Amino acid sequence: MVMTGVLTQLNPAHILRRSFSHGIHPPENKQYTENKPIERFAFPPELYLLLSQHAGKPSVPIVKPGQEVVRGEPIARADGFVSVPLHAPATGVIKRIDLVPTAKGPRKPAIILKVYPGETQQVLYGAPRDVDRMTPQEIIEAVQEAGLVGLGGAAFPTHVKLSPPPGDQVDTILINGCECEPYLTTDHRIMIEQADDLVRGTQILMRVMGAERAVIGTEDNKMEAARALRKALPDDGRITVKVVKTKYPQGAEKMLAKALVNREIPSGKYPSSVGLGVYNVATTAQIGELLPWRRGVIERVVTVTGPGVGKPGNYLVPIGTPIGFILERLGYHGSARYLITGGPMMGDTVSSLDVPITKGCGGFLVMRPEDLAVHQMEDAYPCISCGKCVEACPMHLNPCHLGKLAAKRRYLDMDAYHLFDCFECGCCAYVCPAGIPLVQYFRVSKVMNREMKAAAK
Amino acid sequence: MKASPQHIELRSSPHYRAPDTVDVIMRNVVYALLPVCVFAVYLFGLSALALLVVCVAVCVGTEHLFCVWAGKRSTVGDWSVVITGLLLALTLPPAFPLWMAAVSAFFGVAVGKIFFGGLGYNVMNPALVGRAFAQAAFTLPMTTWSPPRAPGRFTEFIPSTLTRPFMEPVSIDQWLDRVVPDGFAGATPLALMKFAQTPTDLMPLMVGTIPGCAGETSALLIFICGLYLIFRKMMDGRITFSILLTAFLLSGLFYWVNPDVYPDPLFTLFSGGLMLGAVFMATDMVASPETRLGVWVYGILIGVLVVIIRLFGGLPEGVMYAILLGNAASPLISRVTQPRIYGAAGKKRKKKENNAS
Repeated sequence: MVMTGVLTQLNPAHILRRSFSHGIHPPENKQYTENKPIERFAFPPELYLLLSQHAGKPSVPIVKPGQEVVRGEPIARADGFVSVPLHAPATGVIKRIDLVPTAKGPRKPAIILKVYPGETQQVLYGAPRDVDRMTPQEIIEAVQEAGLVGLGGAAFPTHVKLSPPPGDQVDTILINGCECEPYLTTDHRIMIEQADDLVRGTQILMRVMGAERAVIGTEDNKMEAARALRKALPDDGRITVKVVKTKYPQGAEKMLAKALVNREIPSGKYPSSVGLGVYNVATTAQIGELLPWRRGVIERVVTVTGPGVGKPGNYLVPIGTPIGFILERLGYHGSARYLITGGPMMGDTVSSLDVPITKGCGGFLVMRPEDLAVHQMEDAYPCISCGKCVEACPMHLNPCHLGKLAAKRRYLDMDAYHLFDCFECGCCAYVCPAGIPLVQYFRVSKVMNREMKAAAK
Repeated sequence: MKASPQHIELRSSPHYRAPDTVDVIMRNVVYALLPVCVFAVYLFGLSALALLVVCVAVCVGTEHLFCVWAGKRSTVGDWSVVITGLLLALTLPPAFPLWMAAVSAFFGVAVGKIFFGGLGYNVMNPALVGRAFAQAAFTLPMTTWSPPRAPGRFTEFIPSTLTRPFMEPVSIDQWLDRVVPDGFAGATPLALMKFAQTPTDLMPLMVGTIPGCAGETSALLIFICGLYLIFRKMMDGRITFSILLTAFLLSGLFYWVNPDVYPDPLFTLFSGGLMLGAVFMATDMVASPETRLGVWVYGILIGVLVVIIRLFGGLPEGVMYAILLGNAASPLISRVTQPRIYGAAGKKRKKKENNAS
């Protein structure tokens, strides 16, 4: 493995490829699942459909306990513009609306759906339509109606990203297929297996935004995906596939914009301010797949992997499936301790087996203590100002100094060092030889900073 | 029965961490210094070995004792104090009395490091603080040089090495007459250059078969050991590079103006403690700036100071003071060279926005 790593580093094609500046190279560990085709997962007896699985206001239920629903039927409506509806991922009966644990910790309201056993679970809901005849405004409404959110993890409602502030003209659509988190192969498989949906989705996005061209960006550890996409591209040449150097966190919107088209998204602004629209490949493929059928998001591809799980793979999992059910079906190692939704760099460990899969969750990692042992330190050393974090931070912040300020609890002084430009990618804490939990410091600092400012008012 | 893991644990991201920890880095610096130490022992024999052992032992012991005294867990396990000991020994003359070395080592670690709060908080490189103390307190033995590859160096000490504690160093004249019957100049190439305008050939300078401090003589060996650390990404090669480049260019400029008075730039590069300082001392992570631009400013500052002190100062050698001054300036350098963050408004755009509003 080390050898192949060295060979890739020496490959001239790799050296010449672009990327953003700074960043890190954590072990990729994608070999467990990258060659496994997407497989449909079983339906659990009960689904926990969180009303808030997206950024923005929670959805409002439109069903009552005891009501029967068919697969694909809307069960909650959007509450305002920055919100999306929810659809029933399975045919069954609404049991109740109750609090369930979430990956972030607190219990949140969810619709609990009892799945009918023995049901064929065909999607009967929806009706075909011709997307090419719809106006951009109609498409934006249709995207909201489909409950689409950023499936890359941020879960920001897609239709909001399709409505840039007035004055911003988008000329280029970037489709994000970098999937820089170690272990995860969701986007990789989607690019290979749903290349046609992805291209169709891209074309729809270009039409809505009035963009002349689109760039699908992927990293050079996913060459198979790049080949599959290039085969599926239309001949007009407006959509291109660009392969960039594998590096973390390339999948972050701002890094991607730099790597693919060399534009910097200004601090605190949307990508549209520099003429860009950035969408994840899974989201785009869902647009291409769902819009022509007037359907909603009811399932998503999840990479279930990690040394602690019995049968790692890429599974098409109904939204709302409790992770305990996934573990039960796939088996796990007896000493599995850490259940992580998302990847090892930015994912959350969950505190309960009842935490459901949400729209934004592309990975589920099962780790044993020994798998993380090499990545742990008992005690932090003092900061030795080595500057490795400064060289790693993709936002070009100075985590070293920010960390010292945080340790001294000078939270307000951290503004001058751009605390709020940190998006918690974890590069600094990854490289820190002293083992200082920098990202964790910054999370606390942001909360304290806001509180102190609010108190001062 | 529903299957489930015995228990699950929580932790916050990132769940991964790179394997290079502080002790791993420090240990590798020690490994990189070992060839230099071996060469010093080869050149100067038992005395150099004793100097190394005493300096390391006293440095480690001092840090350990202070930790115990403060009721804290001992921090010698991070290996940084071993580096201090080795570096101090390598920058002392081989014939330096051991008791003086011990006092300097104690001073360097106690005042240069522990008083500031230990690893990570020291303003200056502790080894250089120790050496600066030696330079001020023990001027004569700090300028008493012994010949390299003296016969019998592996079987007997240079007499001054074993000077009794708190006594004046034993004279080594008799010993010199015995080991170098045809006379020994007793000066380093730098001193020869400074006070007699006599240059030394480049070859012995690079290989290191010249009088000088125990570990500073072989510029080439030091450079190769530094390359190992740069390759392992455990040392900031930009600092080394900028110091050497600045020193080379600036001394080259003087040489170009008047080659009769000033030494040629290659002599500057390979003589004295410049290589040891640029590779192992100035790159001390704690005492150097952490910002990208700051690293260059720091390196250039040290390079300029070295040349200025060597050419115009009262001392033949200026590396130590140059680095100490660079260390002292580094927090300020860091402060004024904060990186331009991603997406920050450049001057151009700011202007545009101001005009628009």
